[in-house]
Amino acid sequence: MITARNEVLGRIRAALADLPADGADSEVPRKYRRAHHDTGLVDLFAERAADYRAVVRHTLPDELPAVLHAAARVRTLLVPPGVPEKWLRGIEPGRLLLDGPALTPAVLDAVDAVVVTGCAVAIAETGTVVLDHGPGQGRRMLSLVPDHHLVVVCADQVVADVPEALARLDPRRPLTFVSGPSATSDIELTRVEGVHGPRDLEIVLVSHG
Amino acid sequence: MSGTYLGMPAFPRAARAAVADTQLRRNLEHATGTIRGRRAEVVAELDDWAELRAAGAAIKDHTLRHLDRYLVQLEEAITAAGGTVHWARDAAEANRIITDLVRETGETEVVKVKSMATQEIGLNDALAEAGIMAWETDLAELIVQLDRDRPSHILVPAIHRNRAEIREIFRRAMADVPADLSDDATALAEAARRHLRRKFLAARVAVSGVNFAVAETGTLVVLESEGNGRMCLTMPDTLISVVGIEKLVPTWADLEVFLQLLPRSSTAERMNPYTSTWTGVHPGDGPQALHVVLVDNGRTGVLADRVGRQALRCIRCSACLNVCPVYERVGGHAYGSVYPGPIGAILTPQLRGTAGPLEASLPYASTLCGACYEVCPVAIDIPEVLVHLRAKAVDAKRRRVLPTAERAAMAAAAWTLGGPRRLGMAQRAAARARRLVGRLRWPLTGWAESRDVPTPAPESFRAWWRRTRGRTE
Ligand code: SF4
Repeated sequence: MITARNEVLGRIRAALADLPADGADSEVPRKYRRAHHDTGLVDLFAERAADYRAVVRHTLPDELPAVLHAAARVRTLLVPPGVPEKWLRGIEPGRLLLDGPALTPAVLDAVDAVVVTGCAVAIAETGTVVLDHGPGQGRRMLSLVPDHHLVVVCADQVVADVPEALARLDPRRPLTFVSGPSATSDIELTRVEGVHGPRDLEIVLVSHG
Repeated sequence: MSGTYLGMPAFPRAARAAVADTQLRRNLEHATGTIRGRRAEVVAELDDWAELRAAGAAIKDHTLRHLDRYLVQLEEAITAAGGTVHWARDAAEANRIITDLVRETGETEVVKVKSMATQEIGLNDALAEAGIMAWETDLAELIVQLDRDRPSHILVPAIHRNRAEIREIFRRAMADVPADLSDDATALAEAARRHLRRKFLAARVAVSGVNFAVAETGTLVVLESEGNGRMCLTMPDTLISVVGIEKLVPTWADLEVFLQLLPRSSTAERMNPYTSTWTGVHPGDGPQALHVVLVDNGRTGVLADRVGRQALRCIRCSACLNVCPVYERVGGHAYGSVYPGPIGAILTPQLRGTAGPLEASLPYASTLCGACYEVCPVAIDIPEVLVHLRAKAVDAKRRRVLPTAERAAMAAAAWTLGGPRRLGMAQRAAARARRLVGRLRWPLTGWAESRDVPTPAPESFRAWWRRTRGRTE
C-alpha cells in the first residue's frame, strides 16, 4: 500500500523534476544586518518595551529586593522555583508563594498575585523579553494565567536584535517571546491591551552593579 | 464554522454585491488605510529591509527546492522530541486523522488558535459531523464564528465588521454577555476574555496552525497577539498542530529573517506581543501529547508549476491585501476562499484548479498594478503569476467550452491578450518593467462597467502606480 507519506514525497519529487539535481541551487544572500544598533541597547530596550505599554522600571542590583518588596506590599509574589534568593531578600514569607503542581489552572486564575520571573534574553530593537522557562522562569502556564507578570531583566541579557537573540536561545526549550502585554487589534484595528494573557506586564531592568 | 465556500458565485458577481455594500466598504477602507500607513512606518525603520526580503525569498525557494528532504528531517526531529507526525494527501484525509485523534482522547470539545490550514480543509465542519465542537479563540475568529459568517481577511478575519456590529453579534450569540455591553473596543475585548477563559482553563485538546516549522530542530512557531495562542499551546493535555507542507524553514537561525519580516508586514509592529516556539513534548510543561499533521491538499500541484510555485513562499502576512485597490473595494468574501486578496487570486486557482467558475475568474481579480509585489516580504511576483494563470486559462479555453459564468472575463482577456503567445511576451515584458497597466484593458468589464459600480478608483490607482513603478525600476 502506498502511504500518504510516500505519496506526498513522491509528488514533491515529481513536481521538482524540472530543476537540476541536488547541489545546483544558489546561495541564500544574507546581506542583512546582524544588528541595527550597537550602543545604548539597554535604553533602547526600555524605550521600545514602553512603546508597547509595558511598565519599565530601572534599578540597581542592591535595590532589586526593595522594588520587589514594594510590589509584594500590595499583593502576594508568586515565584517559580529557581528564582535567585538575593532577589527576595527581606520579603516576608507570608507574602511569597512558590509555584508547584498544587497550583492548578483554576488556582492560578483565582490568585491575586504578581508573578515574578527572570528571562533568558531581551531584544533591544523590538522591546521583547524571551523566556525559556528554565529555573527562575517557571512553566509556561505561570506567566500566562495570572493577570500581572513582572520580569526581571539584567542589563547583560539585553542584545541588540533578533539574530543575536536566537543565537543565544536553545530551541529545544519551550520559548515565549513577549513584547508588551497581551493585545488585540481585531476591532477596527484599535489596539486594546489585555485579552487572554496578563493585562499588566512590568519589566524591572537591573543595570550593572 | 458554518460558512462554506462551496457554491460561491464567481468573483465578478460576488464583487458587484460587495462593492454595493457601502458599510462594508467604509469598514474596509478605514482598516486597510490605517494598517498600510503603520506598516510603511515600521518597515522604513529597518534600512536593510530589501536585504531581509531577498533572504526571506531565497530561504523559502531553497526550502521548496529540497522540500522532500526537509520534510523528512522535520519528521525525524519531531519524533525524536516526543511528537508524532501524520501525513495527509488532501483535506478529507487530514480531517479524518484529526477527528480520530480527538476521538481517542474521549473529548467532545477542542479549542483552536487561528489556523488558515484548518479553515482551508474545513476542519470545524468535519469535527461537527463527528459530534466535536471546535471553539475559535482568536477574537476576530470568534466574532466570525458567533455570527456564522466567513472570514474576510487573513490577519483580521472580521475586518468587515465595525464596533457596533460586533456588539450586536456578541449580544445575540454570546451566552454569558453582560447586559449593558458597550461598543467600546476594551469592553468588547473584556467580554471575549471572560467568555473564553473558562474554556481555556478546562481545555483538554487544542488544535493549532503554525507560522513556521524548523526542519533542523523540529521546532514549531506561532506568532500571535492576544494570548489565546499561548493558552491553546500550553493548557491542554493534547495538542494537534496542522502544518501545510510549505511552512518549513531549514534551520533555527533562518527564523531570524522571518521574525523580522512577518510582524512588521502583518500587524505593522516591530514584534507581535507573543511568539511561542515548542519542540516536541516538554516534560512537566504544556501538552504531553503532540501530534503534527503535515498537509499537502494541492500544494504539490502548485509546486509543479514553474511560475506559480513562488506562491508557496507566502508567509500569510496579509500586506498584499491591505494595499490592493481591488480588495479594498470588494472585501475578502468575493474571493470565495480562505485566502482572499492578491495571494488568494493566485493561490486558490492553483490549489483547487480552474475548472470552477470562481477559480477561473480569480486571476482576473486584479489590475496588475504591482502594489502587492512591492510590499510582499518574500517578494512573490503576484502580477507575474496572475498573467501566467490567465495564459493557462486562455489556453484551456481553446480546448474546451467554458462554463458561462467565466465567459465575460475570459472574453475580455482573450480580446486583450490575444492568446498564449502574445501573453507570454506580455508576461516577459511585465517581469522586466511592469509596464502592463497602461496597455491592458481592465478585464472584468462585466462588473466594472456597470454604472452603479465604480471602477476601482482609477484616479488613485494611477497615482499609486506612478509612485510604485518608480521604485520597481
Ligand atoms: S503573498 Fe506576500 S504579501 Fe501576500 S500574504 Fe503572502 S507573504 Fe504576505
